[in-house]
Amino acid sequence: MTPDKILVLFGSAGLAGLIYWFFLGKQEKSVAASTNIKITVSGGYSPATVYIPIGKPAKLTFLRTDSNSCLEELIIPDLKISKDLPLNSPVSLILTVNSASVYPWHCAMNMFHGKIVAK
Amino acid sequence: MAKLSLSISGMHCATCAITIGKVLRKTPGVISAEANYATEKAQIEYNPAQTTLEKIFQVISSLGYQVNPADDAKTREIATLGQKFVVSALVALLALWGSVPGLMLTAPALLRDYLFLMLLTSITQFWVGWDFYRTTWAALKNRVANMDTLITLGTSVAYIYSAAVTLKLIPGEPYFDTAATIIALIILGKWLEARARGKTSEAIKKLVQLQPKTARVTRDGQEIDLPISEVVVGDQIRIRPGEKIPIDGQVMSGETSIDESLVTGESIPVYKHSQDLVIGGTLNTSGAIVIKATKIGSQTMLAQIIHMVEQAQASRAPIQKLVDVISGYFVPAVLIIAIVTFAGWYITTGFLPAMLNMVAVLIIACPCALGLATPTALVVGTGLAAQKGILVKDAESLEIAHKVNSIVFDKTGTLTEGKPVVTDIVGGQSVLQLAASLEKNSEHPLAAAIVDAAGKAALKLVQVTKFHSLTGQGVRGIINKTEYLLGRPDKSLPQVEKLESQGKTVVVLSTGEKVVGIIAIADTLRPTAAEAIQLLHQQKIETSLITGDNLRTAAAIAKQVGIKRYFAQVLPADKAEAIKSLRLEGKTVAMVGDGINDAPALSAAHIGIAMASGTDVAMEAAGITLVNKDLTTIATALRLSRSILRTIKTNLFWAFVYNVLLIPAAAFGLLNPMLAAAAMATSSVSVVGNSLLLKRTRLT
Repeated sequence: MTPDKILVLFGSAGLAGLIYWFFLGKQEKSVAASTNIKITVSGGYSPATVYIPIGKPAKLTFLRTDSNSCLEELIIPDLKISKDLPLNSPVSLILTVNSASVYPWHCAMNMFHGKIVAK
Repeated sequence: MAKLSLSISGMHCATCAITIGKVLRKTPGVISAEANYATEKAQIEYNPAQTTLEKIFQVISSLGYQVNPADDAKTREIATLGQKFVVSALVALLALWGSVPGLMLTAPALLRDYLFLMLLTSITQFWVGWDFYRTTWAALKNRVANMDTLITLGTSVAYIYSAAVTLKLIPGEPYFDTAATIIALIILGKWLEARARGKTSEAIKKLVQLQPKTARVTRDGQEIDLPISEVVVGDQIRIRPGEKIPIDGQVMSGETSIDESLVTGESIPVYKHSQDLVIGGTLNTSGAIVIKATKIGSQTMLAQIIHMVEQAQASRAPIQKLVDVISGYFVPAVLIIAIVTFAGWYITTGFLPAMLNMVAVLIIACPCALGLATPTALVVGTGLAAQKGILVKDAESLEIAHKVNSIVFDKTGTLTEGKPVVTDIVGGQSVLQLAASLEKNSEHPLAAAIVDAAGKAALKLVQVTKFHSLTGQGVRGIINKTEYLLGRPDKSLPQVEKLESQGKTVVVLSTGEKVVGIIAIADTLRPTAAEAIQLLHQQKIETSLITGDNLRTAAAIAKQVGIKRYFAQVLPADKAEAIKSLRLEGKTVAMVGDGINDAPALSAAHIGIAMASGTDVAMEAAGITLVNKDLTTIATALRLSRSILRTIKTNLFWAFVYNVLLIPAAAFGLLNPMLAAAAMATSSVSVVGNSLLLKRTRLT
């Protein structure tokens, strides 16, 4: 095998590892539960994991600043919530969850993800 | 300075438009503002340094109107995509003319110049494709990858390689046509998809538009037009022929025919007179009526329907679970496959096939087809169902409904109108008088029939002491020192048998062992009952009847409608047990009831189907609620559930074919990058298009 091929082989393996680490090896920071959370919707959700307390109403405000059409709809299937997120216009949800559970959400095309953790 | 065109709903006269304009112009930071009642739009010029969009929205909503920025943004997005497609298609055609062997001989010299091709393709790559770069960057900042990441990478690789060749940094032939064509095709796909996706939610938009904006209310003896939000329960509202019923209410005076088809799917206009309930959003066709508002805001039937449909559309079908798992790993997995493809081809063949096949892998992967497969079918399907008067609770209910092979009908209020009347009295008027006196404290529907009959015969009710109601058995009480029992016959009498074989419910008035009299009560079958059963049998679905009546009455009713199996003398509490016995036979059971008295039975079945009564449609125990009184809608609902599930499965099949078969095809060099782009562009459009085909489903 010529040196360039060896370089491509090892370079590809390294790049594949980097991609795995970058996209799938994210560590979630432990954050205290809050009743008033602001989520910026731009190239995904920031923060993508939100913590709310059990038994208290929590207000989640989504503000979409990204014109990507995929992000214009927010769906929380387990709570049967679907909301249009108009560009630059905050949309608020008030939720009360009575048991410790995780509610994933996603965009219209299921490409961007986030979750609500009740703890 | 920023200019803004907003779509505003809730304006009900030209004055509203003037008010919006006036108040906005007084808002600090707003330079000019004009609202138009006819187009429901406002043109606003403002200084972003002094005010924000959010503040402008707040001002408008504080006046009681709603801003619909989503509508405007969608229209603008579709228009921009259209323009970008035209430009990119033109560039792609020119690039192909100047690049494809054979064809390029006919091209002008300018198009064969690599530098000119590079400049031309740059328009597509960096102007048309700018959004891909922008969203990729935004996503990378969150350590997320999406479809745009794949397109950006794929086209950038082709473009950068071609630019390097053009600038003589490396030897070879440029592939500007590939980069230009990929972007043109992807934009075409996005444009078609954006247009089609708008159409999937048309049904719910139509329901929202049904909501009238004003009502002619009588206040202090004067008739005034009021915005619907200011109407309160008890308000009297006058409705002329040809006008919409503004809100749920009860007819106070007048009579008319009302076209309820747009709300309940009921095709024949319904005659309404004093005391009848009317539904907001329906059309008053013939007479003038005055109604009293009984429900407002989110309590109205139309608001409940819209809420239920929206909830169902946001729910997750169990079939979707696999997709949810895959979607989280999809794009990073494709990126890794692309790298492996490049390395494999580079080591075995060389740089050029390695690059082209890597680009093909990046472009062919269609995460959006996978993501759109289930929700689009669900949105079109549940919207269509709502138009037919079928409200589906969630996607899971649909999945169960399509498997139903056994349906149990409750008798009273479901197969029958639920308004029983006394037909026969054995023993004279005194029997009716004593029975009605006993029953006046009972809440049973049969009791109401007896009390009504006594009322019509002008009989005076007598005092009852020690009244006792025995669930499912009857009532007991003392009248003039004699204890009477009114309830089911416990022994066989010829007159009772005769009446029961006619499908009537019989109650016997007795004192201890002695029978004093017999009363027969019958309930009218719904006009569509027999036809509904026949339609279900045609779909190879078994039917059975469940009732508290005895065997003979149950048999007679079952025979009249064509049901072969029946459960008789079932106490209300035991209905759920009967359903469970059917489940144990291995059947997927649906229970049809009124949703109020038989909630436990509805919950015991695999799926409960409730017939809405009055204007209440939100039934917790029911997976499907039928808004109209037409029993044939059940067959329609089941047929529709099968069509929706079939569409979801075909969509998922195609989405998986695109991704599971075509990604390896591209990796093994069987797919040209431009063909990959064409396949990618068709993928989401075909999924959305297939969902829209549901609208053409034959449902009868």
